[in-house]
Amino acid sequence: MNSQLELQQVSIKYGEFTAVDAVTLTLEKGQIGCLLGPSGCGKTTLLRAIAGFEPITAGSIALRGTVISTPRRQLPPEQRKVGMVFQDFALFPHLDVRRNVGFGLSQLPPGKRRQRVEEMLDLVALAPYAGAFPHELSGGQQQRVALARALAPNPEILLLDEPFSSLDSELRTQLATEVRDLLKQNGVTAILVTHDQNEAFAMADQVSLLNHGRVAQSDTPYNLYHNPGNEFVAEFIGDGNMITVTVNAAGEMSDGLGVLDQGHPRWRAGEPMRLLVRPDDVIHDDSSDLQLRVVGKAFRGAHNLYDLLLPDGQHVPCLTPSHVDVALGSHLPVRFHLQHVVVFSANQG
Amino acid sequence: MEVGTPAFTYPEPSPWPARLWRTGILLGTLLIAIPVLVVVASLLAGYSPAWQHLLSTVISDYVFNSIVLMLGVGLGTFSLGVSAAWLTAMCEFPGRRFFSWALLLPMAMPAYIMAYTYTGMLDYAGPVQTLLRDTFGWGFGDYWFPEIRSLGGAICMLSLVLYPYVYLLVRVAFLEQSTAVLEASRNLGKTPWQTLFLVGLPLARPAIAAGVSLALMETLADYGTVAYFGVSTFTTGIFRTWYGLGELQTAAQLAAFLLLFVFTLLILERRSRQRLRFHKTAVRDFPTRISLRGWRAALGFSVALMILLAGFLFPAAQLAVWGAANYLQIFDVRFLQLVSNSFMLAALASFCCLLLALLFGYGKRLYPGPAETAAVRVAGMGYAVPGTVIAVGVLIPFAWFDNTVDSLLRETLGISSGLLLSGTLIALVFAYVVRFLAVSLQTVESGLARIRPGIDESARSLGHSPLSILRRIHLPMLRGSVLTALLLVFVDVLKELPTTLILRPFNFNTLAVRAHELASDERLADAALPALAIVLIGLLPVILMSRSMPGPQESA
Repeated sequence: MNSQLELQQVSIKYGEFTAVDAVTLTLEKGQIGCLLGPSGCGKTTLLRAIAGFEPITAGSIALRGTVISTPRRQLPPEQRKVGMVFQDFALFPHLDVRRNVGFGLSQLPPGKRRQRVEEMLDLVALAPYAGAFPHELSGGQQQRVALARALAPNPEILLLDEPFSSLDSELRTQLATEVRDLLKQNGVTAILVTHDQNEAFAMADQVSLLNHGRVAQSDTPYNLYHNPGNEFVAEFIGDGNMITVTVNAAGEMSDGLGVLDQGHPRWRAGEPMRLLVRPDDVIHDDSSDLQLRVVGKAFRGAHNLYDLLLPDGQHVPCLTPSHVDVALGSHLPVRFHLQHVVVFSANQG
Repeated sequence: MEVGTPAFTYPEPSPWPARLWRTGILLGTLLIAIPVLVVVASLLAGYSPAWQHLLSTVISDYVFNSIVLMLGVGLGTFSLGVSAAWLTAMCEFPGRRFFSWALLLPMAMPAYIMAYTYTGMLDYAGPVQTLLRDTFGWGFGDYWFPEIRSLGGAICMLSLVLYPYVYLLVRVAFLEQSTAVLEASRNLGKTPWQTLFLVGLPLARPAIAAGVSLALMETLADYGTVAYFGVSTFTTGIFRTWYGLGELQTAAQLAAFLLLFVFTLLILERRSRQRLRFHKTAVRDFPTRISLRGWRAALGFSVALMILLAGFLFPAAQLAVWGAANYLQIFDVRFLQLVSNSFMLAALASFCCLLLALLFGYGKRLYPGPAETAAVRVAGMGYAVPGTVIAVGVLIPFAWFDNTVDSLLRETLGISSGLLLSGTLIALVFAYVVRFLAVSLQTVESGLARIRPGIDESARSLGHSPLSILRRIHLPMLRGSVLTALLLVFVDVLKELPTTLILRPFNFNTLAVRAHELASDERLADAALPALAIVLIGLLPVILMSRSMPGPQESA
């Protein structure tokens, strides 16, 4: 029982609607976890349950071995030692930065409290702004105040609810890396909630992808991308299309798309399969016999992203250098180059 | 780039519409400002010997009573308004939805009507003391009972009808506090109660200050309650100085001192509203209310019910009982005359207010300049000025005008013009417009603000002329605001007592004046019917307000 956070079969229902469905998760001390998923997948609800703002209807939540939530008893939020950074930061507009950060420290004697506040302000490099009010700060600075405020009482775990969503997109990735470094240096255990996979990949050691309240897959970012466990994960993470193909005994795909790795355990000859095709799996090659019609084209600076039509009517994406410039309706010679073959049985759903 | 000769030359737009609007706005503002300017200017005029008398006898009473009244009503409206707002916005208990709009009902009760009604209920022969005597077998003088006709009584009456100002603003402030901010406090180790005092109330502070200062402006403006309870304040003093001593100049000087208090409050209110901006947090996405159970639910329910009973249901029931018992004697041609007088006046005033409000609102929209903006703002300050002050400020210039014209005519033509403006409906309606223009101006301006400039521009680009835009877009979109503006002023005029008392033409009565006269003659039951009429019509804007009351996921 060394896990910092342990969720056992947690479900949260509102009447008939199941927001979170039997989620089991563990997080070790110092790890950064992430709940990733489309909006409405239950990730924020689950986070709020850990903070104690949502009652759970089944299962249990334990923090350092102490049960803090069961369907019968919820420890009130103020007794949980859980820190939280809110989506809009939720700074107290009537208090200056120093008193915002010191808000959770009232049990400390005044001298210690002052010292801790100074410490936290130094940590997030906001000491010069100690007397400023929230509305006088930039978005990034407000975010750091929120972080300092949540970390000041030394919580057992830090919850971050879409902490970068109200910031400019350029700032986001940079801040995500900064925040990760800061948490790692201080050995903070944390859970991040986001719908943005780049944020998730930049911050987290372990990402749990949620769909309709269930964990679709819980894994490292690398494995989520390259070894998705099911079609939902494959489609949600990264760009790419799922197409249906049939493979013969020699491993050749229909429509002359090329040869699949024969050693792949999940396919059988003659059976239809679902294959994940990422834009970099389809390569422009003037010497190729496979000519696909261009039905869509998006200019992305250094690259062109083409939408190509297979003879059987399915679509595949193709990323080419920008100078490969083909008009809509004409044909692009390509070949398939699948480095990480991701296939599912077509009967799976 | 070289500029070629344009193929077409367009006619320069005529400068006249702009000049006309601007002149209109500035003249209108000047007219509206006359009463206050006259009152302030009176400070520079000579001080009559009556001041010696005032200073040595009553002025300290005026100041003392006014200050105690303000402190008391401030405290009363604060505690009633904040608890009502907190209960209905932040808690969940049986009846919460009903109370969230029902707690506005006391707004329909003018304070002076509350005063008569409570006097009737609580005096020696009233139902309460009779019940006490019958229950305990007491006789006259056997027991102590609080005297309602006192400074304390006036504080209670005013607090009960004025707390909705605080309630409305603070409720919105509570509802607009983001859940996240309150949750952040819980997350940082604070209990719900600590959260209320450390975060909830401090965040609502600007709203509380704005609400209380509005209530205090009304307190300073009150004449009916304090006059009936025999409490000497500035307003009763102004009356006495004018009617008792016949000293109009001195009355104006007293009014100027009252204005000093008013402007202090006005500044306080303006500054609080500005600070509201900084205290804005993200809007609440879904309401999380503290669920009250068991005795806490019962307590919440009882507090809300008590406020509603004391502020509306008890006095309304008493009025209904009196009205039902007496309507045969009262309901006659003279009563209908009262109703038609009141309605005619109120309709006239609300129509004038609307026209001016449209002039100002449109002018500011079409030709926004610093002078116009300032002018419109000045014109909207009348709501802070007590009716007695405005009345005195109207009397002086109108009398001067009448006298000047009269003596001019006498000298040149040898005829007397008599009173042209003083004691006419013109004077009365003018005073109403000065006092209530702010109400319709605010409504019209917020209506106009909803019609974003983009709408005008897109209509212009689709080939419509400004006139066609006015007819096909603005008027339909403004209709709601226009009706609201008319209704609000109508009801305010109907309730207004001191202005009418001072400025009405001889023998011209309204519902408010008649109710006041009958009550002053101790004919409380007879006063019930006109009072009831005022309260019933006063309910209309309350219903309107309760419908537009903000609140996530709830229909009022």
